[in-house]
Amino acid sequence: MAIVDGTRELEPLAEQASAIGWEGRTAREMLLESERQFAETGRYWGIDALELKKNDPIRFEKLFSRLRGGLVSARETALNISASPIVKEIGELSFALYTPEGDSVALSTGIIVHVHTMSDAIKYMIRQDYEDNPGIAPGDIFTNNDAMIGDVHNADVQTIVPIFWEDELVGWAAGVTHEIDIGAKTPGSVPVGPIARYEDGIDLPAKKIGSNDELWRDHVLAGLKGTRTPMYWTLDERTRIAGCHMVRESVERVILEEGIDSYKRFIREVIEDGRRSFQSRVREMLIPGRYRAPAFTENAFAKEEQLPSYARVDTMMHAPVEIRVTRDAKLEMDYEGASSWGYHSSNCTPSAMQGAVWVQLTQTLIPNDKVNDGAYLGLNTNFPPGTWTNHSNPQASTGIAWAFLIPSFMGFIKSVSRALQARGFVEEVLAPYGLTSNAFQGGGIDQYGKQSATTNFGLSCVGGGGKMILDGLDYAAAMWNPEGDMGDMEMWELIEPFLYIGQRVKPNTAGPGRHRGGSGYEALRLAWKTPFYEMQNIGNGRMFIQTGLWGGYPAATGYRHNVRNTNFFDLVERREPFPTHDPDPADSALERMVEGERQFDLETTTLPEVMRQGDLYLCTFRGAAGVGDALERPYDSVMADIEGEYLLPRYAESVYGVVPGNPEASETRRSEMREERGRNAVPAREWMQGERQRLLDREMIEPVQRMYAESIRLSEGWAREFREFWDLPEDFDFDVATPTVELTHTLLADQAGATK
Amino acid sequence: MKLEDEALRDLLEERLPRSQVRAIQSSYKDPGRFDQYVALLQERVEWDEPIVLPFGEHLFIVSKGGGDYVVKCDCGHEFADYRHNWKLEALINVRDDDESLREIYPEKMSGDPDWNQLREYFCPGCKTLLEVEAVPPGYPVVHDFLPDLDGFYSEWLGRELPR
Repeated sequence: MAIVDGTRELEPLAEQASAIGWEGRTAREMLLESERQFAETGRYWGIDALELKKNDPIRFEKLFSRLRGGLVSARETALNISASPIVKEIGELSFALYTPEGDSVALSTGIIVHVHTMSDAIKYMIRQDYEDNPGIAPGDIFTNNDAMIGDVHNADVQTIVPIFWEDELVGWAAGVTHEIDIGAKTPGSVPVGPIARYEDGIDLPAKKIGSNDELWRDHVLAGLKGTRTPMYWTLDERTRIAGCHMVRESVERVILEEGIDSYKRFIREVIEDGRRSFQSRVREMLIPGRYRAPAFTENAFAKEEQLPSYARVDTMMHAPVEIRVTRDAKLEMDYEGASSWGYHSSNCTPSAMQGAVWVQLTQTLIPNDKVNDGAYLGLNTNFPPGTWTNHSNPQASTGIAWAFLIPSFMGFIKSVSRALQARGFVEEVLAPYGLTSNAFQGGGIDQYGKQSATTNFGLSCVGGGGKMILDGLDYAAAMWNPEGDMGDMEMWELIEPFLYIGQRVKPNTAGPGRHRGGSGYEALRLAWKTPFYEMQNIGNGRMFIQTGLWGGYPAATGYRHNVRNTNFFDLVERREPFPTHDPDPADSALERMVEGERQFDLETTTLPEVMRQGDLYLCTFRGAAGVGDALERPYDSVMADIEGEYLLPRYAESVYGVVPGNPEASETRRSEMREERGRNAVPAREWMQGERQRLLDREMIEPVQRMYAESIRLSEGWAREFREFWDLPEDFDFDVATPTVELTHTLLADQAGATK
Repeated sequence: MKLEDEALRDLLEERLPRSQVRAIQSSYKDPGRFDQYVALLQERVEWDEPIVLPFGEHLFIVSKGGGDYVVKCDCGHEFADYRHNWKLEALINVRDDDESLREIYPEKMSGDPDWNQLREYFCPGCKTLLEVEAVPPGYPVVHDFLPDLDGFYSEWLGRELPR
């Protein structure tokens, strides 16, 4: 040992790599200095005057446009390398440019949720001293898909490339694609079934995977073995690398023409400009104050015999979303009181939550401005450790983190809309969007006799939220991608062993209101030429995952309707009618016309179950929430909904008070319904007495009790407010076990001890 | 983009073509919109108390004089001080069984009432449906929005809150 140490001392100091940061500093020193300056001044890098912008505003704008143009061009060009329909057709990719410290300067279009998650990944590598080991050099290639480091879930795979000018690190180019399969315990990209991260699929925790612009062979070979779809995996990786190199080239061209000093000054000024611009928008469009909009969802796994006993449990997830807008125009997002993480794959990390904030901001407050990490600097967030928002458990699964991340951010849209209406920007008001489900997802032997897997991104087109002055968009929106696109049926039929028997609007999926939410749609799929394909269902069946605004109702919940061992081919042979869709589950065409072994229930999130040739799978996509009192919806709009099959005729009267074909009788009926409301409703305080007693008697199912118990045991503040609201005893709790909460307390105590 | 008063009225009353709405959405926001909107809403109500903040469809925060501000419906019904949750003073109807939920949603599309309920809050005056909550049984009534009226007027608009 001593001999080895002695030998080391003989090595010449000159062989040590010099720091890659600016002015002889390491990248880590630059990051820490940047954070110190922001903490002290509240401004990015402490920048006071935006000199470049002030002295030469045209050049400033031109610089931004050129960098942004490089990013958009990289995305539009590189996606043609991919063969995955998710990337190539739907556009599930994006690219972004970062400072040496990992702050985003500009971004392309696409799944911009990842602009901040990739920032987290770069900062992780810098904080972990990657500069020393494994080294950061020109031509290196890094990758990450670890949500604990900086991502939403494993399926979003990132490629990150450093950009050097001479010997200095001047930035990072990064790109992300959503994979069609991630090699998880169950097939697809958002797997139902994992209960620990070891089952979430291929694991790339911020790794160096190449040098001299070439991928290392061991990484390439590992990728081929890591997923069920190696061809898509390989081409997606090439897509990301090509895009990153195009971004790098565009940056180098800008530096060559504008000079390195201008570039360095620009990338800092433009982020500070983004921060100021964001705060201006907050001040311009919102109202200071406190907003609340809780959301919930179900994890009903008690039925799943494939899971171990401790995971075979029904739980409810709780997002007590509170948004505060401060007088100094800061936006604060607080999840204090959220329920626990669990033994399922719907847990989140702070990076995922920050990413979701990002994608919401760019579709609400900052759609026009220079979008970069400046907006992130104008935000404060609280994602409490041990809750589903920040599981803080090194073993927890995040495979399908979007499952509750999407519902929980309904509160953001709703709260911002309350402010927009108060300010008079009625054209911007929007009720919460639809849940992007059902996910038609599975894997097995396909129509070519090969092993394959799929996640059908028809779910990119669910209903958009109702607006104050318009109905919501029908089957055209996804909260996580501003460019909703369902792809072509013909293309999905090429890669999935399921034919489309029919695809059309699904009546009554939209949340009713004066302006209804956007409708969802449904696809009836016939398993075709497959000996077995394991299919999952993902979505809400028991719980409404959003509410509307000002009397608007939530979108309908979904259901499962799959039939195995059907007589479908007999019907075809006999030339008898067969269903093409299932418009009314109360009088189900699928049930009336097709015989077989039927699953027709509210079990809408399930582990994979085998389907074979001739089996039928109904895929229902959700609608969105409405705005305003349904009795104020114009008669003609209700009639148009019936004619367009957005609304089953019998709901015209019970929801809207409309007697089809008779506007006068409709007016009379609406007056009667208002009187009925007065007769049937009770004063809220009177109703509260009964509801309080229900709590004292614990008259609610175990998943509801467990949800309350988790929130109470994880947050003293939330528990206090809950007990005070209902005037409950100071020690009020529920007699249910919350094993994940207890484990969290142990983990956090251990982490605190380790820190000391 | 500053809208003419008439254009704002047409926007609110949904008389503008989609192309014009789209153009308004894509334009930068005029800081004068708030006053313009409040003036338009004030014209449309039949009572005299000054509106200090639009508070969703049908509801307003109005000044009652002497520094009191209450939530008021356009029908004239007054709920409570704006700092309190007006829903506690509303009428409520709870849909917590299959029968009542299926008046709104078809079978198998109406959720499970053991897991969550729909709470409808009506104005006691005009019986307009003002808010709907979808929450598990036992969840506190949600206080949706507590504006910082003083901060908004004094620090953002740069003037005193109307009395």
